[in-house]
Amino acid sequence: MADLTVGQPVPAPAARERPEAIRAIPVRHPWRWVAAVVVLAIFAAVVYIFASAPDLKWPVVSQYLFNDRIMSAVLVTLALTVIAMLIGVGLGLLMAIMRLSVNPVMRSVAWFYIWFFRGTPVLVQLWFWFNIAIVLPKLTIGIPFTSIQWVGITNQIDTPFMAAILGLGLNEAAYMAEIVRAGLISVEMGQTEAAQALGMTRTQVMRRVVIPQAMRVIIPPTGNETISMLKTSSLAYICTVGELFFIEKEISDANFRIVELLIVASIWYLLLTSILTFGQYYLERYFARGSVRALPETPVQRLRRLLFHFHTTPEEILGASERKATAEEILANVERRRRSGPLR
Amino acid sequence: MVRAEAVHKSFGRNEVLRGITLEVAPRDVMCIIGPSGSGKSTFLRCINHLEKIDGGRLWVDGELVGYRQQGDRLYELRDREVCRKRAEIGMVFQSFNLFPHMTAIENVIEAPVRVKKENAGVARERGRKLLDRVGLGDRLDAHPRQLSGGQQQRVAIARALAMQPKLMLFDEPTSALDPELVGEVLDVMRGLAEEGMTMIVVTHEMGFAREVGDALVFMDGGVIVEAGPPREVLANPREERTRAFLSKVL
Repeated sequence: MADLTVGQPVPAPAARERPEAIRAIPVRHPWRWVAAVVVLAIFAAVVYIFASAPDLKWPVVSQYLFNDRIMSAVLVTLALTVIAMLIGVGLGLLMAIMRLSVNPVMRSVAWFYIWFFRGTPVLVQLWFWFNIAIVLPKLTIGIPFTSIQWVGITNQIDTPFMAAILGLGLNEAAYMAEIVRAGLISVEMGQTEAAQALGMTRTQVMRRVVIPQAMRVIIPPTGNETISMLKTSSLAYICTVGELFFIEKEISDANFRIVELLIVASIWYLLLTSILTFGQYYLERYFARGSVRALPETPVQRLRRLLFHFHTTPEEILGASERKATAEEILANVERRRRSGPLR
Repeated sequence: MVRAEAVHKSFGRNEVLRGITLEVAPRDVMCIIGPSGSGKSTFLRCINHLEKIDGGRLWVDGELVGYRQQGDRLYELRDREVCRKRAEIGMVFQSFNLFPHMTAIENVIEAPVRVKKENAGVARERGRKLLDRVGLGDRLDAHPRQLSGGQQQRVAIARALAMQPKLMLFDEPTSALDPELVGEVLDVMRGLAEEGMTMIVVTHEMGFAREVGDALVFMDGGVIVEAGPPREVLANPREERTRAFLSKVL
């Protein structure tokens, strides 16, 4: 390798005698260590300030962290989040498809829905659904001009929980509709044409070809929305739903341990959002099939690499050991190494 | 198999097809050449209902494309009827357009299973044979991104064949391929032509047009400038525009 002259053909090394892999001293990054120390110091200071604050009773935090009322409030928060998101995603998908429909009536309805529910604050909407009984005291479902009908008292159906679900879910649907629409239009037109050319109907094209590909674009912002919903669900306290913030406030209103209970609630919110972030990662990975040649590392794989193979690249781990690599990936890895072989 | 009479098509003010009249007999291979923007692809897409024509008449296998005629009135076809007609025509695109979230075999059996409601097992077996025939019997479970351009296009041909079409449309099937991969796709197409498939091929491969084509059409500016047996048109073009075009591409 020493004296390569420009313009001269480089003799190809014989197949067996490959030059040994280069062992070079990696570039050192002293400033990273300095930065790490500074950050740690600031972090320690913050911890110290809170730990030593005289009026902050940490035992109260641990006392209430697994308190029964707090625990059931966490469940209510989770239920609100899940149900509101299900409504949001389902209705949002419908609205997105309607907005892209060839039918002008459908398009207008979807446009109006999004305009209305995105244009008013969610807190106002929640308050509205909570008070709907004022304007509609009776709910009647029936077939016009017949005696077939069913009457309900609005206040019995529209419980606080129901009002919260409606308020959060319908509002979310408007945002999800735009997210889904972005996903749908991100799929290349050629995909639709190819599917149509095979004789597939509009519904089949959507369900089998466009939506599965749109998922890759839809999922990250949907994860974002779910995390956001987990926290927005605290607004449901206005409907007197026993969710985390409402219960936390109820307890602290009684015992005046305001900050302690805020910390309890925050710990739960953080824990739940962390779990959601984790789930989102795996969901994204699943829908990346076919769009990337080698799937990205899972957090577990990355952690293992950081702990045990500090200087190896993700590809080396993935290609080699940590995961059952497919034959294609191994071949691709071998090929890549062969091409870039002696020079690296 | 295909008959066009004075077919017109405009996109807004842009008149793309200005009276195309031609006929393709069953088992024939017609090649269409011409500069880009001459309307070749648009014409192909009209045959498959991907575009609606504005004027003239177009028949596939004796049936009007896009309309039903009763007396002297034309009725637009419903979506469902259009889908049924498209299912009988195979189409291969310049950019392959394989479904990236499905494996090669899934791409091939998707339409037979969903559109023709074929039994999945039967479709799979037939799909395997088709992929074998285009030389990809060993890559059934590969995703499109793991295949080369030539392999992808061969899967796309197998996918179209799986619907047992009576007519195959090829829209510049080799234009997006690396030069060394063009041959493998043309070989598959040549095989198809020899088996008697009716084909309309928009192409820039003059060699293919000469050897495989039964007829050659040169289009420019939305009209057919010259048509005839490929050897004749390529060797002795009558029209000045054909000559100018050929001198640039040959």
